[in-house]
Amino acid sequence: MRLELLGLSKRYPGCVANDAVSLKVEPGEIHAILGENGAGKSTLMKMIYGVVKPDDGQMMWNNKEVEIKGPAHARQLGMGMVFQHFSLFETLTVTENIALYLEPSEVSSMAALRQHIEAVAQEYGLAINPDRKVGSLSVGEQQRVEIIRCLIQDIKLLILDEPTAVLTPAEADHLIQVLKQLASKGCSILFISHKLHEVNALCDRATVLRAGKVTGSCVPRETSPADMARLMLGDELTLTETFTGGKTADLLLQLKQIEVAPNDLFAIHLRDINLNLHRGEIVGLAGVAGNGQDELVDLLNGEIAANAGQMTLSGQSITPLSVQQRRRLGMAVVPADRIGRGAVGTMNLTENNLLTASITHGTKGGLINWQAVSQRTKQIIQRYKVKTTGEHEQADSLSGGNLQKFILGREIEQAPQVLICFHPTWGVDVGAANLIHQQLIALRDQGAAILVLSEDLDELYLLADRLGALCAGQLSPVIAKDEVSLEQLGQWMAGQFDSKETSHAH
Amino acid sequence: MRIEKRLQPSRTMVLMSPVLALVLTLLTGAALFKLLGHPAGLSLYNYFINPISDWYGVSELLVKVTPLLLCAIGLMLCFKGKVWNIGAEGQFIFAALISGYVSLQLLQAEGFWVLPVIILSGALAGMAWAGVAALLKTHFGASEILTTIMLNYIALNLLLWGVHGPLKDPDGYNFPESALFTDQTLLPLLSEDYRVTVAIYIALFMLAVVWFVLSKTLFGFQIRVLGESARAANFVGYNSKLLIWMLLLFSGAMAGVAAVSEVNGPVGQLIPTLNLGYGYAAIIVVFMGRMHPVGILIASFLLGLTYVGGEMVQIEQGMPKSIVGLFQGMLLFFLLACDLLIHYRLVLPNSAIPSFSSRRSKQVVS
Repeated sequence: MRLELLGLSKRYPGCVANDAVSLKVEPGEIHAILGENGAGKSTLMKMIYGVVKPDDGQMMWNNKEVEIKGPAHARQLGMGMVFQHFSLFETLTVTENIALYLEPSEVSSMAALRQHIEAVAQEYGLAINPDRKVGSLSVGEQQRVEIIRCLIQDIKLLILDEPTAVLTPAEADHLIQVLKQLASKGCSILFISHKLHEVNALCDRATVLRAGKVTGSCVPRETSPADMARLMLGDELTLTETFTGGKTADLLLQLKQIEVAPNDLFAIHLRDINLNLHRGEIVGLAGVAGNGQDELVDLLNGEIAANAGQMTLSGQSITPLSVQQRRRLGMAVVPADRIGRGAVGTMNLTENNLLTASITHGTKGGLINWQAVSQRTKQIIQRYKVKTTGEHEQADSLSGGNLQKFILGREIEQAPQVLICFHPTWGVDVGAANLIHQQLIALRDQGAAILVLSEDLDELYLLADRLGALCAGQLSPVIAKDEVSLEQLGQWMAGQFDSKETSHAH
Repeated sequence: MRIEKRLQPSRTMVLMSPVLALVLTLLTGAALFKLLGHPAGLSLYNYFINPISDWYGVSELLVKVTPLLLCAIGLMLCFKGKVWNIGAEGQFIFAALISGYVSLQLLQAEGFWVLPVIILSGALAGMAWAGVAALLKTHFGASEILTTIMLNYIALNLLLWGVHGPLKDPDGYNFPESALFTDQTLLPLLSEDYRVTVAIYIALFMLAVVWFVLSKTLFGFQIRVLGESARAANFVGYNSKLLIWMLLLFSGAMAGVAAVSEVNGPVGQLIPTLNLGYGYAAIIVVFMGRMHPVGILIASFLLGLTYVGGEMVQIEQGMPKSIVGLFQGMLLFFLLACDLLIHYRLVLPNSAIPSFSSRRSKQVVS
C-alpha cells in the first residue's frame, strides 16, 4: 500500500473540515476525491502534503507510520502537489522557478537543472521552454511547470487539486494522458475534480466526501456520473439537465469595432470586437483563460476605456461612462475574483451587499439606511440558499461556492438589464451551480440580456442561446448554439475563425 | 521558532489589547524608574495620578488633548482608507507658520471675522501641505509614508527659518520668536482660570462628524472599502484618487486646526520649539483607540497624560525631558506586540502537535 489514512480528523473553529477520514491508495493507482465545495477535499490533501497538521488520526506511507512535518518533508518522502492556485513567480524563468522549489543541495548547476527539465518534459510530452518567463506562459503552460516541478524528483505520489478547471478540452485530454503514463510507471495519483466525466475516464477508484466524512467509494468506470453526483450530494437534489431557449427581443447592448490596447506587459490586445446582446438571450463566450476575457469584462464594467469603437446601451452611447454611471443605467458585472473584487473579505455580507447595491437601494442623499440593506441581505441569503451564520458573517469565512451564490444573488436582485457574468460557477459544486444556472435563466426570462464568459463548455451549451469564443483578444462569430458544434467551438478557441466577419446580427 | 496566523483572533482581545499595552507600559515604567534610582510607586503616582489630582491639572490635560484629538480625527479617517499619512506633524507645523503669519498681520484688526480667518488659514495651510503628498501619490505613485515623513522635516525647517528671519519679533531682543499675539487673535478661553480654549469644542464636534460620516454615509463606507480592498473599490467604480485626495486634505485641515488651537491658544506666539510631536503622538492615539471615535477620545486623554505627567516628573523628580518619548514609545511598542500575538501565535521548535491550540490556528507559512 502506497498511502493509507486511518481516521484523519481536522477541526476548525465552528466546523469540522475532516471527520475520521480513511482511505487507501495502491502504487500506480489514480484515485479521485469527490465532494461538494466545503466537503473537506482540499483540507485532506493539505494534511497529506503536510501543509496542515491533523488533530487526530494516523497516516501510513509505504506501510510505515509517518507524521508529515511539512511540505519539505513530504517532498523528501516522494510526494508532490499541484495546488489549485499556482505558486510561481511571474518575473522568473521556468528553470529559476523550479530551482527555487528544490533544496539547494539538489541543484548542482542551473545548466544541469535545465537539461533535467527538458528531459522530463520530453519524457512526458509536456512541451515547455525552460528559459521563458513564467509571466508570458498561458495558464495551461504554467500548470505544466507546476507538474514538471513535481516530476523532477523521483515521485511516488502526485496530488492535483482541480487540475483541469483552467484547461481547454484539448489540454485537459493531454493532461489525462500524462497522468495515465505517470500511473503506469507506478506513481500513485490523488485527483480532485468537480468534473465527473473526467473522473469517469481517468480514475481507478473514487472516495466521496460529504461534510468532512467519507460517504462512499466507488469504481468510477463502473458507476455513472449521475450515481456519483448522488453520492456527493445526497438524494434530495434533482439536477436540471436542459433549459428551454430564450425569447430574443430588441437589441440592448452593442459593441462596435472596439479596440483596447494593452496597458501592461501581461494584458491582451482586444481587436475589432463586435458583439450584440438582445433582451431575453444569453450569449456564451468560450475561451481559454488569458485570451482577453479579463480585459473584455473590465471594458464592459467601465474600469478600462476603449481606444477605438463604440458601446451603446439601448441606443445610448455608454463609451465614456464610469462604472457607477453604467450601473445606474442597469448594467451589472459578476467578476471572476470573488474575494478582492466581487466582495471585500473582511467586511460582512450586509456591507458586501451595499458594495454594488448602493445604486439601487439602501442609500438616500449619500446616507445609508442600514436596516434596508440588511433586510435585502437576509432576502438574498434566503432566496439563493447561501450557507452562512447570518448577514453579519464576514465574506471570507464563506466557502467559494456560497460566496458566488451571494454575489450572483446580489446582482440579480438589483434586476439588471444587462448582466456580465465571468466564470459563474468556477469551483462551485454541482448543487450550487445548478441553482445559479436556474437563477440566470429566470433573469433572462424576465427580459435581461446576459453575457456569460466561461471555460466550462458544458455550462455554455447548457445556458447560452448563442455561442462564440475569444482567442488572443479577438472574437469569433457568435451564432445560435445549435449551429455550433463542439469541434467548431474548439477551433474558435484556438483562433481559427472561418470567416472574416466577427459577428452576426441575430 | 516561528509564528503562525490564528484562524480567528479573539474579538475581546483585539479590544483589550490597548489596556494590556498600558499595563505592560506601567510595569516596565516602574522597573525603569527603579533602575534609575527613583521610587517606582511615587514616580508612577507623579506621572499618572498627581497631574490630574486637581481641576487645574485636569484643565492642563485638556490643553494637551485638544491638538492630539484634532490630529487623530484626521488620521483616523486616513488610516481607515489605508492612506498612511505620517505627516500630521509637518502639516501641523506648516499650518502653524502660515496661520501665525496671518495672526501677526491681524494683530490690530478688530471684528468677529478675525479668528475664523485665522482658523481657516491654518486649515488651508495644513491642506496645502498634505496636498503635496496627495499630488505625489496620485500622479507619481510615490508612497505617502515616505513623502509625508520627509515633508515633516521640510516644514520644521521652514518654521525655523520663519522665527529666525522674517517673522522674528523686532522688539524681541533677537530671540527667535515672533511677537506675542494680541487678545483678538487668541482663541477665547473656557474660563479665566484655565488655559483650555474653545478649540476643544471644535475637536468634539469634528469627532461627532467623523463618527457620523463613517457609520452612516456612503462616503464613509467608500473610505472603508478603499482601505479593506482597493481592487474591490476599483471594481465598483469608486474614485480612489479622489478619495485619497479628500482623506489627505481632510487630515491636513484637522492638523492645521490643531496648530491654531496650540499657537493661538496656550502658546500665544510662534516659537521654534512648537513641535511637541502631537502629530506623531496622534498616530499612537489612533491605533490605541482601535480606529474608533470613542476609542480615540479615550486614547487622546491617555497620550495627553504622557505629556503632562512627563512635565510633572521633570519638575518633581528632575527626570529628563526624553521621559515623554520613552513612555509614548513603550505604549506603541507594547500595543504592536500585543496585536501581533493576538493575530498570530508562537510555535516553538520540536513541540508536539498542540491539540488544544491547533484548533484555533492555521499555518500560513509552509
